[in-house]
Amino acid sequence: MSVVDRQEWDVVVVGAGGAGLRAAIEARERGARTAVICKSLFGKAHTVMAEGGIAAAMANANPHDNWQVHFRDTLRGGKFLNQWRMAELHAQEAPDRVWELETWGALFDRTKDGRISQRNFGGHEYPRLAHVGDRTGLELIRTLQQKIVALQQEDFEETGAYDSRLKVFQECTVTRVLKEGERVSGVFAYERETGRFFVLEAPAVVVATGGIGKSFKVTSNSWEYTGDGHALALLAGAPLLNMEFVQFHPTGMVWPPSVKGILVTESVRGDGGVLRNSDGKRFMFDYVPDVFKEKYAESEEEGDRWYDDPDHNRRPPELLPRDEVARAINAEVKAGRGSPHGGVFLDVSTRMPAEVIRRRLPSMYHQFKELADVDITAEAMEVGPTCHYVMGGIAVESDTAAARGVPGLYAAGEVAGGMHGSNRLGGNSLSDLLVFGRRAGRHAAEYAQRLAGRRPPVDEAQVDTAAAEALRPFSAETAGEAGPPENPYALHQELQQTMNDLVGIIRREGEMEQALHRLAELRVRARRAGVEGHRQFNPGWHLALDLRNMLLVSECVARAALERTESRGGHTREDHPAMDRAWRNVNLLCALADPTGGLASTDPARGQIRLTRETTDPIRPDLLALFEKEELVKYLAEEELYE
Amino acid sequence: MSSYEARFKVWRGDEQGGGLRDFTVEVNDGEVVLDIVHRLQATQAPDLAVRWNCKAGKCGSCSAEINGRPRLMCMTRMSVFDRAETITITPLRAFPVVRDLVTDVGFNYRKAREIPAFVPPAGVGPGEYRMFQEDVDRSQEFRKCIECFLCQDTCHVVRDHEENKQAFAGPRFLMRVAELDMHPLDAAAETGLDRKRTAQDEHGLGYCNITKCCTEVCPEGIKITDNALIPLKERAVDRKYDPLVWLGSKIRRRSGT
Amino acid sequence: MATGTEPRQHSGGVRSGTRAAIAARHLRTDRWWLAPAVTAAGLFAFVVYSTWRAFADAHYYAAPYVSPFYSPCLAENCRTMRAGPNADLFGSWWGISPAVIILIFPLGFRLTCYYYRKAYYRAFWASPPACAVAEPHRSYSGETRFPLILQNIHRYFFYAALLVAGVLTYDTVLAFRDTHYRWGHMGLGTLVFLANIVLIWAYTLSCHSCRHIVGGKLKHFSKHPLRYRAWQFVGRLNARHMQLAWASLLSVALADFYVYLVASGVFDDPRFF
Repeated sequence: MSVVDRQEWDVVVVGAGGAGLRAAIEARERGARTAVICKSLFGKAHTVMAEGGIAAAMANANPHDNWQVHFRDTLRGGKFLNQWRMAELHAQEAPDRVWELETWGALFDRTKDGRISQRNFGGHEYPRLAHVGDRTGLELIRTLQQKIVALQQEDFEETGAYDSRLKVFQECTVTRVLKEGERVSGVFAYERETGRFFVLEAPAVVVATGGIGKSFKVTSNSWEYTGDGHALALLAGAPLLNMEFVQFHPTGMVWPPSVKGILVTESVRGDGGVLRNSDGKRFMFDYVPDVFKEKYAESEEEGDRWYDDPDHNRRPPELLPRDEVARAINAEVKAGRGSPHGGVFLDVSTRMPAEVIRRRLPSMYHQFKELADVDITAEAMEVGPTCHYVMGGIAVESDTAAARGVPGLYAAGEVAGGMHGSNRLGGNSLSDLLVFGRRAGRHAAEYAQRLAGRRPPVDEAQVDTAAAEALRPFSAETAGEAGPPENPYALHQELQQTMNDLVGIIRREGEMEQALHRLAELRVRARRAGVEGHRQFNPGWHLALDLRNMLLVSECVARAALERTESRGGHTREDHPAMDRAWRNVNLLCALADPTGGLASTDPARGQIRLTRETTDPIRPDLLALFEKEELVKYLAEEELYE
Repeated sequence: MSSYEARFKVWRGDEQGGGLRDFTVEVNDGEVVLDIVHRLQATQAPDLAVRWNCKAGKCGSCSAEINGRPRLMCMTRMSVFDRAETITITPLRAFPVVRDLVTDVGFNYRKAREIPAFVPPAGVGPGEYRMFQEDVDRSQEFRKCIECFLCQDTCHVVRDHEENKQAFAGPRFLMRVAELDMHPLDAAAETGLDRKRTAQDEHGLGYCNITKCCTEVCPEGIKITDNALIPLKERAVDRKYDPLVWLGSKIRRRSGT
Repeated sequence: MATGTEPRQHSGGVRSGTRAAIAARHLRTDRWWLAPAVTAAGLFAFVVYSTWRAFADAHYYAAPYVSPFYSPCLAENCRTMRAGPNADLFGSWWGISPAVIILIFPLGFRLTCYYYRKAYYRAFWASPPACAVAEPHRSYSGETRFPLILQNIHRYFFYAALLVAGVLTYDTVLAFRDTHYRWGHMGLGTLVFLANIVLIWAYTLSCHSCRHIVGGKLKHFSKHPLRYRAWQFVGRLNARHMQLAWASLLSVALADFYVYLVASGVFDDPRFF
């Protein structure tokens, strides 16, 4: 086997989005030598796409806001499936995490009295989202990036080397988490630019790789979102939680085809935009579910009054949680009341003066002008649901962000499951990144320090296996298997089509079974995915390697979605359209069927994934007491209520 | 919907050499140049190296030169070209090439490290920051930067003179200095760091001859020259070339002590 | 060359070793040369015209109009302009055209102006000729050393330009007289002068140094609301600095030419009242 470059670090963070960078900052500040590995250039992570804001109950805009209200909103949005301890920590710590960003140089939009301005968003009772126009994610990533640079400058002063204690390996991909026995011992990675392999030996690994959207055809996610972290954890023996919950953001662009899926921020609705069907009707008033009836306006007049007088009016139903709005749009289009390109109309042009639109929604204005030739100050946008976020993810301990079952493995951000239950509220993801990124970094650093002097050694055989696996696409033709080599791009497109059509926003049992069969076929063919050229910056090769991850994760989604016979949040079953209280406290865990981490199984019925059910811990009584009894009976089973 | 076949010349190669290769590719309604590059990858050149991410003009990854002009491939619509035109795509020409359309943009990351970070004000805790919108407006404009490095690529100071890369931070990072100098709570001055002076002395502001190409190529429409570089030059003048201001500060310092 | 490789044109440009191997200096397909060509032609025409007029030392006064090139007139050899901008600071030793004394200031203001710098660096010095078009120079030090480091004194020319604009305003007021120095009259020349002075002020106040001085240098606008308003006003003008630079260049030449035509008797100033 070729000699593979090795380096020793205390903590390795996989992913350089909001969660990864926050984890790295925390680990380094706690004294751990920390390496960050990311697939793209430093500062390009998908977090930059976040537009609306960071949810944190700072009560700058409405003094009634506090963490309890935020917690309540989060649980309602997630339909009470949230890992409640995470939701509690999240609501409590989010304000501190936002304020901390200011001390690192972030510049949020301001209130009149000089504090951080907060805006309305779907599912949040009060204006709660700290924001910078509609480019909050960019501000977040840049601030964290610049904080990392600041730490590197400190290290340079002290040691003469910028990356002596905190180093970013940009444009590198991790393909395996290495283990010694049960414990993490490092990661195996390749450099995209040169194709060279390397191993970072580390007792603690934080996975912060984001989501899985690239398994779907219509998605707001970037190419990086291939479920790498989910797959790495699975392969390392850690289970994934509630993977059936995939959020379809209600408003993605639908035209032109090449930009289909690109996000239209929820701020458009938060700031006054309304949804209309082809009859010009504000249809959302017809789609307010029972559990939210008391919270939302019944007439357009009341909804419109709410923007100026939120204390005496109820919010318009355009601001329902995302799952409700996405389903409503889907239903309108199916009923033949859609827009010319198969969406519905989202209109701000008749609601605000052009100049206000350009100031408050600059990148939306820009995006539609440049990409669709639509002037949103003069005409309505056409929008439709787009795959946006996965609520499911690596099962973690709420307080420490430690992955279950694999000592040394941590997860934070979108790749971690539980926090958002069955549906995430807008704005809660950026706060999630910061709160749990920091916690993951802290606990990973502490764990690594506890192991100082007794670091798990890296197993040579695992490195060789990982290298062989990574090189496989170059020898696809000679691998001695049946059939010609497959084009990875074609396989990827088929996978996306399958997931979009068969495990998309509305799901049916027969279709999901069909999906599992197709995934099995694709898995067989993916083993023959071949590439041309050499290892230096070869996107075909990179995609061939990412296919493994997408196939694993897609199977998790399909299998869990088939199992959960109810509709809840980001999981809608046509054959089981109602929410079932009996499912409220049930988590579905996905684990690798072959515990040795091999991926040979091609049996479509069994597949690679084994599913188990788990009953969740009962919600702590003081947290339950934050809700009215009448509300709880809609969600909780009888026996849960009386415990 | 209408499709047509468009002719492309795409630079392929690496640091050893390379050249423009001809392709004919299908183009559909509403597509951008990046869509065409993806179609090339999927159908004709699977190993064509290209950097991209969000495909929505927010991450600044897919910078290249299209018909000789630095642009984001994801924000360049095919409809701006004549159908009969042959469209040339090359990597950024100010940076070392890695492969095909991918260049080594490490220069920018090195420069980023040379700009001293935000200095938080002493005695102001998290949550106690008070800043007014009119005071953050200027720096916020600069923070719209998506770091596509098109301004760094087009700036002739380094594009045409490799040797200046040592002394010159480039528009993006001079703008970063301006951003911090205009930040209402940056306390660099209190720690003895004079950003106005170091802009000139350490980051090469004097090399800029304000020919505005940075502003011309900025996909975010940031007025880099008028709002960042020239104000920074004026601030440097305050420090270095204005005897009245110099005298005033001397007197003030004396009366202060 | 002996090695058979393409010779490197200069040490560190787009054709240097590590960059993508592309022989062309640029691959632009648009008419990128048009803007610098037009700029060069425009500036060249003005330089020729103004040189001729400045050294002509004649036809610069036709009551009540004085050419902006000769105002204020600071030498003894100036024509007497009744209640006009005569200020014999230089005495009798000055022998050549008195325009030369005063033109230094507006010329210096425009020469160090951030817009004109861009214009002539591109048009005359090809540094760069256009964006992403390689410049022909072997080395480049920008404005880091003499003489170009002197561009930093722009703000002093701005102060001087304020004074000159003040005098030209005075001249415009004087243009509300008739040929017999009686007040309350207007002719076509008055309109020409009015248009010119408005453009001169707009150009002068839209200057980047002005923007800095009125408010740009502040860290906290919120503590100086009036200066903030002034800065915003100048900022709006500043966004049009290029247009104002050209418009005022043209108007000042036209005003001078108008005086020339009237003074040389080619043309009679039409009087309105």
